[in-house]
Amino acid sequence: MAKSAWPEANRRKQIGARIARHDGPPKATGAARYAYDMNPKGMLFAKMLQCPHGHAKVISVDASAAEAMPGVAMVLVEKDKDGEFPATTFDGAIIATVAATTEEIAEEALSAIEVEYEMREVITNDREHGLVSGRAAETGDAATVMDGAEVVSEGYYGLPTITHCCLESHGQVCEFRDGELYIWPSTQNVSGYAGSVRTAADLPNEKIHVDVQYMGGGFGSKFTAGPWGTACVEIAKATGKPVKLMLDRAQELKSAGHRPSNFGTVKIGLKKDGTITGFHSDVWGTNGQGRFAQRAMPYCLKEIPNIYTRSQGIVTNRGSVQAWRAPNHPQAAYLTMSALEDAAAKIGMDALEFLKKNLVFGDVDRKDYWAEELDIAAEMIGYASKAHPRGDKTPGNIKRGIGISFHLWGGKGGASACDLTINPTGTVGAKIGSQDLGVGTRTCIAQVAAETLGIPIDMITVEIGRNSYPASGASGGSTTIGGISTSTRDAATKALNVIMANVAPGLNVAPDKLEAWDGRIQEIGNPSNGLSWQDACKSLGQMALTKQGSNPTEDGTELTTADVGGVQMAEVSVDIETGIVTMENFVAVQDIGLIINEKLAESQVHGAMIMGVTWALYEECVYDATTGKMLNPDMEFYQLATLGDIGNFQVKLMDGEKYQSRGVIGIGEPPAISPGAAIGNAVANAIGVRVPELPLTPDRVLQALNEGGMV
Amino acid sequence: MKDFEYANPTSVKAAVDLLSDSWGNTEVLAGGTDLITSMKQGLTEPTRLVSLKNIKKLQGISKKKGTLQIGAATTLSALAANGDVQQHFPALVTAIEGIGSAQMINVGTAGGDLFQRPRCWYFRQGYGLLGVYEGKSLIPEGDNRYHAIFGNAGPAYYVNPSSLAPALIALGASVSVVGDGGEREIKVADLHTTPSNTGQREFSIEPNEIAVAITIPMNGLKNATYEIRQRRGLDWPLVTASVAFKAGSIVSGTNVVLGHVAPVPWRSSAASAALNGKFVNAAAAAAAGEAATRGAAPLSKNGYKVQQVKVAVKRAILAANA
Ligand SMILES: Cc1cc2nc3c(=O)[nH]c(=O)nc-3n(C[C@H](O)[C@H](O)[C@H](O)COP(=O)(O)OP(=O)(O)OC[C@H]3O[C@@H](n4cnc5c(N)ncnc54)[C@H](O)[C@@H]3O)c2cc1C
Repeated sequence: MAKSAWPEANRRKQIGARIARHDGPPKATGAARYAYDMNPKGMLFAKMLQCPHGHAKVISVDASAAEAMPGVAMVLVEKDKDGEFPATTFDGAIIATVAATTEEIAEEALSAIEVEYEMREVITNDREHGLVSGRAAETGDAATVMDGAEVVSEGYYGLPTITHCCLESHGQVCEFRDGELYIWPSTQNVSGYAGSVRTAADLPNEKIHVDVQYMGGGFGSKFTAGPWGTACVEIAKATGKPVKLMLDRAQELKSAGHRPSNFGTVKIGLKKDGTITGFHSDVWGTNGQGRFAQRAMPYCLKEIPNIYTRSQGIVTNRGSVQAWRAPNHPQAAYLTMSALEDAAAKIGMDALEFLKKNLVFGDVDRKDYWAEELDIAAEMIGYASKAHPRGDKTPGNIKRGIGISFHLWGGKGGASACDLTINPTGTVGAKIGSQDLGVGTRTCIAQVAAETLGIPIDMITVEIGRNSYPASGASGGSTTIGGISTSTRDAATKALNVIMANVAPGLNVAPDKLEAWDGRIQEIGNPSNGLSWQDACKSLGQMALTKQGSNPTEDGTELTTADVGGVQMAEVSVDIETGIVTMENFVAVQDIGLIINEKLAESQVHGAMIMGVTWALYEECVYDATTGKMLNPDMEFYQLATLGDIGNFQVKLMDGEKYQSRGVIGIGEPPAISPGAAIGNAVANAIGVRVPELPLTPDRVLQALNEGGMV
Repeated sequence: MKDFEYANPTSVKAAVDLLSDSWGNTEVLAGGTDLITSMKQGLTEPTRLVSLKNIKKLQGISKKKGTLQIGAATTLSALAANGDVQQHFPALVTAIEGIGSAQMINVGTAGGDLFQRPRCWYFRQGYGLLGVYEGKSLIPEGDNRYHAIFGNAGPAYYVNPSSLAPALIALGASVSVVGDGGEREIKVADLHTTPSNTGQREFSIEPNEIAVAITIPMNGLKNATYEIRQRRGLDWPLVTASVAFKAGSIVSGTNVVLGHVAPVPWRSSAASAALNGKFVNAAAAAAAGEAATRGAAPLSKNGYKVQQVKVAVKRAILAANA
């Protein structure tokens, strides 16, 4: 019997191959249909009225004029559990939703709704301690943490709130038909989505049919329907018509999710030889109205002998948070890695040497990986010839520098089930209730099935994106690839075993002496004793064969594990006269376990690096302090890097038996952690002073240069 | 966006006749790259758009009596690709290329660039051009990182968004506009005004006037633009400097015009004076840059622009002389 364990390296054709995304052509040609493209007959357009104030209490809402407008089907006014108008705590909170026969009428109707607000005090400032959300979380003893240090390095660092800025905004189209709900949302949680609209629909999950064939980015912000999703369902239910409700760009940026800000001071105690003796951090930040804690400090170097950490939240009138690609890690990495390089600079030690020396305090599972990866990254970026002590002494206004950061993540596959069907003709179908966020999930499922069955990839048809398919977890925590590759492998192995059992007697061998290879089922070591895959499948007679596989596997075979590390090094140039930072080279070295598709895995890293350049250099939510209004809910001022801004990328995925034997590990998140720290450190290395807060905009760079007496 | 009537006249006269004499009732539509966004943002809700697309007279570039005449509806990409423009007016080419978007410059027009509305985020978020909330401008105490460092004593704090205007002013260009009273010529330097109340717009043309052509004298001035941009494109610069001067053994007739630093394109007579009579070299350029910052009065968050003005002027002068 074939085993579900991954094949040996010399028995892999598909796994690890650089196969282009199967969804590339439909996306490039426009054939791919997103939630936005769904237009069931008779559909209503829903639009939301959002509170224009940072903080207010709604006193009254008069929607009568809107309701009376021709073409308006319904106005749904938000009420809280007790039937009261809600207190609106940020610019963008929902007041009412209008559904009408055209978008224009819906918009017109919004402006006809009269709302009376009672204004409340606005707090947007999260850089200083303001209103505190709760008790500070504290570990260690602040009084003694620097005992024994010969040198203490101290710095202040911070990163603002940012959004996910999904190119496809949040929202959905839904329709009730024959008492059941059909829903086309933009979500990263196909199998679990129904739960979040069940109450609004007043239906059990099995009567809610979710369909997501393509979606345009979630990054942690699209696990549930959200208030717009439930409003959409309520209106569809009440009117009996299909309804489309997609957020516009401003709504997306104001209300669809933020990454918490982090500001704080970090002290590092050292011996003069560079050995760290103690770590002290005091971090605050905001996640809007919710609770906040930064528990990942110090980042990566958890075994420093003496650690004190404190974190405290600030309640602000900002939109609420959603998980953001590696929750808390990018912030912790920025605060920790910046402080580490500052400490190295303070004692005049090379940053790379300093980090390597202190890897002894790293997590046991990863410190050897980091050591190896630091060397590889150094080689790739040309560290030996380019590195210089803090402050590029080259004459002229352009200064170059290199910065380093490293990170960790889990990435073990999540729960997943796969139905794999072998047809008597030999074609194969795989069905999984997972989703493809654009990362290539479909392609990877096809590769694993093709590999397992020893047949060409174009014989596999993959169906995902529906909750009628076997349930698979949400795409969060980098759990997708481990989950779907395992369940597919497991299902394909089980199905293959049936085929092998069918044909073994005719070949005069035991089934476990057979292999599926090169389009044949054949005797291991004696390939001429075999038959073509198609002939083997004829053994099924008239009936297709379906087997279900799962992660975790029933027999406990572990095909996916966790705990990756990674290193990034950035090289920047800074014009010290203008404060403009230019990305030159950016290197990512990432361990990943067994790679299913090298090209797609690299592409994940590229995406993370682009996103990282963006939040390191440009991205920031800006609010007016008086009104609480978000000033940049558009893609002009909420800036993302353009292709011209990202510089040269080099990606190295750690490969070879040592890594492959770990099984499959997801890396959607890990490479998104280090960019801010690496780029911030590179700027400090270039210009000789720390620019404490991201993003590294020219005003901040020039201010740091001024304060450092550099210009 | 509210419903509106779309008019597609074929002559300037017909277009003018379709325009209202009060701002916002009707709007002139060129490429629409700014106007359509403004309508979506609810900044203007015209009942009629008057398209310039089919008015032949507004297209094209030609030489006439020692000047270059540019039809107001000429696209920015056509302007940047014109041989005469490339040869004589590098200051303009840089300003156009800096926009960094093929889509924008293939559709956006020269006239539209001059008359685009400010990018001020208070304006774009609905607080009016002067950023007023409860009777007071939010901008001096608000987030003014992108706002004016000159001409900002109030009530206006926004910056003029046009990158073409400073270059055109440095080159001594003018615009001919046609209204119901006929045609008149306005120096580009006089095209932008600072409103004193929220009802006014920031132009010296009337609501029912149309710019038909831009005239640039071809008098052999050395010229260049230097832009300071955070991103490589798809964005407006933080600061620009356009310079033009007569080259001889020593410089004369210098025009230094700053962009994105004041509610209007900002002519720096101090910088111009500092360069006149000098040989162009790094020291003279730096001194002019220094002079250009004279009178700057940064707000709470835009002090960095003062430094950038210094550098932009210096680099523009050196580029013009290169
Ligand atoms: C991402 C982005 C980046 C940009 N970067 C820059 C930049 O760096 N520098 C820069 O200068 N610009 C920049 N722009 C602005 C762009 O150049 C302008 O949007 C464009 O030039 C406007 O031209 P248009 O023909 O599309 O004008 P429209 O949008 O059609 O019109 C703009 C305004 O001008 C009026 N108007 C147009 N033509 C006439 C006329 N002949 N007579 C009277 N009024 C007229 C219209 O009524 C309207 O109010 C950028 C735009 C975008 C979207």
